[in-house]
Amino acid sequence: MSYPYLAPDYFQLDDLLTDEHKIVRSAIRDWVTRSIIPIIDQAAQNNEFPVRIIKELGELGAFGPFIPQEYGGAGLDHISYGLIMTELERGDSAIRSTASVQTSLVMYPIFTFGTEDQKRKYLPLLASGEMTGCFGLTEPNHGSDPGSMETRIEDKGDYFLLNGAKMWITNSPIADIAVVWAKDEKGMVRGLIAEKGMAGFSAPKTHNKWSLRASETGELVFDNVKIPKENIFPNIRGLKGPLMCLNSARYGIAWGAIGAAMDCYNTALQYSLERKQFSKPIASFQLQQKKLAEMLTEITKAQLLAWRLGTLKNANKASPAQISMAKRNNVKMALDIARESRQILGAMGITGDFPMMRHMMNLESVITYEGTHDIHLLITGNDITGIAAFE
Amino acid sequence: MKILVCISNVPDTTTKIKLNGEKTAIDLAGVQWIINPWDELALTRALELKEASAGKITKISVISVGSQGAEPTIRKALAIGADDAIRINTEPKDAYFAAFQVAEAVKTEAYDIILCGIESSDYNGSAFGGMLAEFMDLPSVSSVSSFELTGDVVKVNREIPGGYEVVEPQLPFVAVVQKGIAKEPRIPSMRGIMMARQKPLKVVEAIMADALTGFVAFEPPQPKAACKMVDPANVAELVDLLHKEAKII
Repeated sequence: MSYPYLAPDYFQLDDLLTDEHKIVRSAIRDWVTRSIIPIIDQAAQNNEFPVRIIKELGELGAFGPFIPQEYGGAGLDHISYGLIMTELERGDSAIRSTASVQTSLVMYPIFTFGTEDQKRKYLPLLASGEMTGCFGLTEPNHGSDPGSMETRIEDKGDYFLLNGAKMWITNSPIADIAVVWAKDEKGMVRGLIAEKGMAGFSAPKTHNKWSLRASETGELVFDNVKIPKENIFPNIRGLKGPLMCLNSARYGIAWGAIGAAMDCYNTALQYSLERKQFSKPIASFQLQQKKLAEMLTEITKAQLLAWRLGTLKNANKASPAQISMAKRNNVKMALDIARESRQILGAMGITGDFPMMRHMMNLESVITYEGTHDIHLLITGNDITGIAAFE
Repeated sequence: MKILVCISNVPDTTTKIKLNGEKTAIDLAGVQWIINPWDELALTRALELKEASAGKITKISVISVGSQGAEPTIRKALAIGADDAIRINTEPKDAYFAAFQVAEAVKTEAYDIILCGIESSDYNGSAFGGMLAEFMDLPSVSSVSSFELTGDVVKVNREIPGGYEVVEPQLPFVAVVQKGIAKEPRIPSMRGIMMARQKPLKVVEAIMADALTGFVAFEPPQPKAACKMVDPANVAELVDLLHKEAKII
């Protein structure tokens, strides 16, 4: 069962949003209520990605909302993008991940680093959901240390020859294209667009996940794949390229995690008011009130952090370290709330009738991908001391 | 052909209603606002008719009586597909007042079809549509649950006890619609929301008019009493309780 979704707004943050922000949020919220909530538990239980949502997300405009309209985006601001991520993750981190990857890791680099031809060719199709993309950076032996990547491109005159393998790639089994990062002969990281169907390119699915079960995860394997020269990003070299993409995606996650937390809190609050033990609602017991009050406090802090980060991002002033802090704080907050709220529901909390276990398991991935919880802490450490502890 | 849809700005149906201290008004702090669900269905049907009309329907306007706070709701109607909007800059005091304001605001523009929901989900007065038709001196059909347009001919089903009437009203007319008129409301796309920025939203000042009714006080329903469980085998105790405590037998 699920309760009506009453999103907490304890500090009247709605007053800081524009009318347009509120319409964006309500549109995505309505779509999630209609299209995701009724099916998501079964999809996760069955380990099935609901493929139809790609077209629906495209029609809704949830792919590339901040990309200009001339390339198929909506031209919205970054707070709108954040609100979209929050609402999608209220449904499930898998749904938000799909939109995050398509927007921040595929459309954003094509828009930012791509040629005009690449933008015209790919962006409108990615925005409408007629084409799905994925992002290849992480490798089997290089996660937090992408600078040591082994995937290589070799200039063969008419084309580049791509060899290597990428792992933990959201959407890879269903993607039509992949934005791939590989080193050239000089050891310089370059970005390119690989298309499914190119000889030697395969994307096997990752099985037996306990997390993001309603999402497709897989590998990207490149065995002497000929990449046409026009598929290379001409304007970016070095790790800065993929890190800029990750900044955009991490920003979205900082907002998204709040959605999972609010879903858990809302469920726990309503359950605690209904569930009676010792002849009174369990919400009347101090230990339950402590949990609920602390959850709401943490959600409120996360909302304020995300909102402020959004205003900085709109002004093009959000630093990577600020984004790291927000991603780290908000995902941990959401994971803690998933666990605490599950406790309020007792045994009922472990069933698929309620969303906590699903969110909790999803958030174990979210706290790891796009920079692990530990690495983000070290990014803050580096920022305040000037000393990198991860090199 | 032009269609006008009257929309009301109402609290989200999941809102937990709280009253102010004197119980004379609803505490609106933290309330999320939506298009009245019946009005939203009316707008949905209007958009469907326009899309199927091969250009015959040239414009769908929405109108709402409300202060600045009603604008997100109006913008949402534009994002869904309405072409332009009018906001009458005052709080809707009662149905008579609101209907008078709408009739005055649109009297110079010839709409062929005027749609509004049968009631609003805040006060459920069910009086606006009929009053609007009267002010505009137009025919009206209430409880409309289906609406078809073929050429210039409108055919509507009007719900009546045990069935429905098929009515072919003369245009222009007011259709007061209820559930069934459209399947489910549309969700605006992000591009639609951006396009709504460019669509005209005219703000007109209200005309002096009296409301005919006012709220004296609100009283929430009594909280449900505790449930007493009786063992199925103990019929005598049940009868005794119904007789002595509940006093219904």
